Amino acid sequence: MSLRRLFAMAFKETLQIWRDPRSLAIALLMPVMQMALLGYGVSLDIKRVPLCINDQEHSQLSRDLVQRFVASGWFSADHASATDRAVRGALDRGTCAGAVTIPVDFSRALMTTGSASVQTVFDATDTNTTNVAIGYAQGVIAQTTADFESQWAAAHGLRPPKIGAVDLEARVWFNEGLDSRNFIIPAVVAVILALVGAQLTSLTISREWERGTMEQLISTPVTALEVMLGKLVPYFVIGLIDAAFCLFTAIYWFKVPFRGSFIVLAITTALFTLVVLGIGYLISVRIRSQLGASQVALILTMTPTTMLSGYTFAIDQMPAPVQAVTLLVYARYYVTILRDVFLKGSPLQDLLIPIAALSAYAAAIIWIAARSFRDRLD
Amino acid sequence: MTGSQPVVVAEGLTKRFGAFTAVDRLDLSIAKGEVVGFIGPNGAGKSTTIRMLCGLLRPSAGRASVAGFDVGRQPEAVRAHIGYMSQKFSLYGDLTCRENLRFFAGIYRVPRQERAERTHFAITMAGLEGREDMLVRTLAGGWKQRLALGCAILHRPPVLFLDEPTSGVEPQARRRFWDLIHTLADGGVTILVSTHYMDEAEYCNRITMIDAGRLVAIGSPRELRQQGLGGQLFEIVCAPLGAALAALRQAPGVLEVDIFGDKLHVLVHEQAVAETLRPFLTEKGITADPPRSIAPSLEDVFVQLVSRRSKAPGDAGIKP
Repeated sequence: MSLRRLFAMAFKETLQIWRDPRSLAIALLMPVMQMALLGYGVSLDIKRVPLCINDQEHSQLSRDLVQRFVASGWFSADHASATDRAVRGALDRGTCAGAVTIPVDFSRALMTTGSASVQTVFDATDTNTTNVAIGYAQGVIAQTTADFESQWAAAHGLRPPKIGAVDLEARVWFNEGLDSRNFIIPAVVAVILALVGAQLTSLTISREWERGTMEQLISTPVTALEVMLGKLVPYFVIGLIDAAFCLFTAIYWFKVPFRGSFIVLAITTALFTLVVLGIGYLISVRIRSQLGASQVALILTMTPTTMLSGYTFAIDQMPAPVQAVTLLVYARYYVTILRDVFLKGSPLQDLLIPIAALSAYAAAIIWIAARSFRDRLD
Repeated sequence: MTGSQPVVVAEGLTKRFGAFTAVDRLDLSIAKGEVVGFIGPNGAGKSTTIRMLCGLLRPSAGRASVAGFDVGRQPEAVRAHIGYMSQKFSLYGDLTCRENLRFFAGIYRVPRQERAERTHFAITMAGLEGREDMLVRTLAGGWKQRLALGCAILHRPPVLFLDEPTSGVEPQARRRFWDLIHTLADGGVTILVSTHYMDEAEYCNRITMIDAGRLVAIGSPRELRQQGLGGQLFEIVCAPLGAALAALRQAPGVLEVDIFGDKLHVLVHEQAVAETLRPFLTEKGITADPPRSIAPSLEDVFVQLVSRRSKAPGDAGIKP
């Protein structure tokens, strides 16, 4: 391999990218848009779920309970639907995601028998939201019950009852606010880089075939490796700029806690960028038309990285055969790395497995791409 | 390699694309410093042959060597010793002239201390002074072709393959291009250049005529003109032309009749036959001037050789 040829190749490619400001703008603006779209659009947390409140009692206690639902921040209350029929209608129309019915004898039952029931109905078409909402509702009611008991005991000069000898003291680590955004944004960065990176290089060889410049190029002594590395150099720089932009947006705009080292982040990001650019290049080598290459790059990267990288769906919850498939999804390793570096502050030695996987991937892709490069016309 | 050995050799060189045979058992031998023209209609197999000689296509059968290297087995070595201009313009249109030259100088590893001098030479040779920093796609055809030639010779290759370098270029620029080719050949460069302009063939030391993938004839323009027809060519001005054409095709001793503008070109066995033509035509009520002996053009030779070959398959024409 000749460094001279590699440099000539890289310089020529850089000039061509520079002379095509529209493509350059797309390469640099696409991650900005996607970061905004996915960063704001994707959150698994549930806030202000609209609830129909059917308060049949209108006592101080029942109003207090409703107030607690709203004050939790997870729900918003709609008092208009005060009948069973109205509740049903609101659920059907989808104006409410759930309903709370407080029976007419709520306070009396609570005072006399010490227990009372509140009925909640949820629209379970969106099972994920419903599960989370039910959990929140149970939390609100449990807290209310405990507070009522304490108040009642205090009012009657008694010591607060000891409910349950064992108290669960739940602590969550690494994402103390249980904010799903902190979990998702690092993965969003991985998904964006995987999509943009493959698009960047997917046209570079097919363009030369379509314009006829490839015939001249392969009539020279240039080798497959020199063409590939020369072409990857400028795109690697663009890929790193994109990566830096996405990562800084995650840290400073979306305020995802960053506890790791920037050096670890830089090393792993460079490795991942190499893999995604290599994938795009391989596609470009295999498919001679620009349009075809771009389409294939999109299809091959979009579904696996969004569905199988652990970006939104946890890999350990998938059926075993699907889990096996995810081993081939290179984005999953970078998703793991980013989450660990961001939230746990993992040092390099804790990330050896995903780093090894990405390195193997990079080596394999570069080897296959160099072998697939055709330096003949037939 | 000694000077007496041929620089480009092909033996039974064949290229098949599926059932179609593009080049059929071609033999070729080109000496150092020769300018050999490759003549034939579109689709005759000129580009395919040149691409095989550049190591861009793998021969289906036969073998070829360029500068001592086998094109099938050592394409990398071949590529280091050749300059190639493909039929379709294939420099980078979004780079300037200087940037294209600089790129190919890097790719061919032209020594740094020589780069400025050789780039300058290519620019002056192509007559591109003052246009060095123009984007190549904005240049007119003739300049583009000369720049492509400049890029192809930056590394001073001993062999040049030029595939229809002058197609679509205005006549004056074509003339200038051929002057460049001869300057290079005088410097010892061996050149195979294809064209479908018959007049350009006259500029070559030797001509290789091919048709439908088969070799039709090889020889200098003079040799081909003298021997290629296998008879003598006469021109007759006569009217009506159509009737004369039909009549002469039946006339004894006439080998070939073709219309050339408002005249007929008649190929006859010998001088004596020509003298019988006017009485023969007058007898049939056709007015005719006396036949005039003419020197055949290479186009005449080519047409004649191709039609003779189609009549007698297997006859590969003449070989000196």
